[in-house]
Amino acid sequence: MADSENFDIDYVARLARIELSDAEKQTLGKQLNQILEHFDALNSVDVSGVEPTAHAHPVENVWREGDAAGATLKTDVLKSMAPEFRDNQVVVPKVVE
Amino acid sequence: MSDYLYKSIVEVSEALKAGSITSEALTQAIIDHTEAVEAKVNAFVHRDAGDALGQARASDARRASGQTLGPLDGVPIGIKDILAVEGQPLRCASKMLDTFVAPYDATVIKHLKAAGAVLWGRLNMDEFAMGSSTENSAYKTTCNPWDLERIPGGSSGGSAAALAAGQAIATIGTDTGGSIRQPAALCGVVGMKPTYGLVSRYGLVAFASSLDQAGPMSRTVEDAAILLQSMLGKDPLDSTSIAMPEVPDFRSELKTRKGPWKLGVPKEFFGEGIDPEVKANIESAIAWYREQGCEIVDINLPHSHLSVPVYYVIATAEASSNLARFDGVRYGHRSPEADDALSLFTKSRGEGFGDEVKRRIILGTYVLSSGYYDAYYLRAQKIRTLIRQDFENAFKEVDAILSPTSPTPAFKQGERSEDPLSMYLSDIYTIAVNLAGLPALSLPSGFTENGLPIGLQVIGKAFGEADLFAIAHAFEQAHDFNRATPTL
Repeated sequence: MADSENFDIDYVARLARIELSDAEKQTLGKQLNQILEHFDALNSVDVSGVEPTAHAHPVENVWREGDAAGATLKTDVLKSMAPEFRDNQVVVPKVVE
Repeated sequence: MSDYLYKSIVEVSEALKAGSITSEALTQAIIDHTEAVEAKVNAFVHRDAGDALGQARASDARRASGQTLGPLDGVPIGIKDILAVEGQPLRCASKMLDTFVAPYDATVIKHLKAAGAVLWGRLNMDEFAMGSSTENSAYKTTCNPWDLERIPGGSSGGSAAALAAGQAIATIGTDTGGSIRQPAALCGVVGMKPTYGLVSRYGLVAFASSLDQAGPMSRTVEDAAILLQSMLGKDPLDSTSIAMPEVPDFRSELKTRKGPWKLGVPKEFFGEGIDPEVKANIESAIAWYREQGCEIVDINLPHSHLSVPVYYVIATAEASSNLARFDGVRYGHRSPEADDALSLFTKSRGEGFGDEVKRRIILGTYVLSSGYYDAYYLRAQKIRTLIRQDFENAFKEVDAILSPTSPTPAFKQGERSEDPLSMYLSDIYTIAVNLAGLPALSLPSGFTENGLPIGLQVIGKAFGEADLFAIAHAFEQAHDFNRATPTL
């Protein structure tokens, strides 16, 4: 188990792609350490040989025929929800230098 | 018309059938009443009276031409602000989706429309369904109609409060760790979380995909049965949805299944942290079942004390992945301060998400990060297996499990908002049910001395909804807690 004292809020916020203010970092860091201490209880049971559960009820994988997917959203709908839209494309800041 | 405000679906649909009221008049009465009490309750984040009245008139026209679609036809049903209704705002009570309008219907909504329901308003919730008090909404704090200084529970707090306040005949909520059952208990209404997979999640904004389920909130168990019947079904658009081999007619079977049942009581759900009045109330409900000839069996759920940490590892891990889609690129909030691709993500997310959502995304990102995955996420998934097996073992012996829904009645606004861990413990009796994928229902079981509602939780076997409804219906028929209405 991780040492909760080592919780690096800057590193995790960067992984999560969330900008936090200094005040938020301080409050969140404290609260998360408290929550992680509570998580230490997970070490109290022996889980060797136990299979993990990802879903409560097993569902078999299903292959779709090679046909087209169902209805998709029309361009004008996508345009109406985009923050910035030009020439049938969503505008974003420059990605490649 | 105000006579119909606190009526059940069954009562209202009979009045519609008999012609003693029209859907338009009923819907108008609900709209007028909502106008009158909404400033106190704050249950809605959006209302479109004209749209609801249009649906009501269409229902009346169907009825006039003999084309009525069933018991939900013409009945005003409130919708939690997490399910997509084409053309209506879909905000998940978040600034991130402040201007977002749903471009299609959720499958559940399609089903309700096909049943003729009048979809009425968007109901407040904790942002992205993360919370147990509805205080995490970016728009407003919903008040508990039984005591306006208290929270209605959450995350489906708007759905529970609107129903208790007579602002809808029934409502729809969603439940990831107790978000239907806990607010239902705290507001004195019925709330039902179906077996995982029974109801399609298509069009339900994802929080934790392996746990999320939509379900009914209503005044009576029979109403919940009617609603669930119309909501369920395998959906090609949700590969985790499951077809019940044979779908029972819940409404008729809740009257024909008579018991006596063998009911389990987990001692782990009556220990530390439970309010004495809640404990005494639930024990008297259990005693009632015993008097009816049910066999009451002490059972053990030995890993249940781990369900809160297991849930907060799994749910936050799934949330950190699901909410990665809110990046300011194609829809949702985009920061005006962004000057490159990375700051477009980080600033849009920093500005758009509220505190609890940030807390959970950060936590979920951490438990999935390199070096910690095995210690937290994988370990939690393994303990999830043990929690599921605890229930499987219990259900070898019993037909259903009885417990409190919430360890305490509704708490005061602000009481737990600075202490996330104490808030997380509000769901201590409901969370294990989601981890195991089981159906469970909360129904009114009485009031505290101060007049706050208490809820009894009935947990069923997977796909055992018909028994669950029958067991809850039997209690409801012998009591009248669901007939009390708050003074507003």
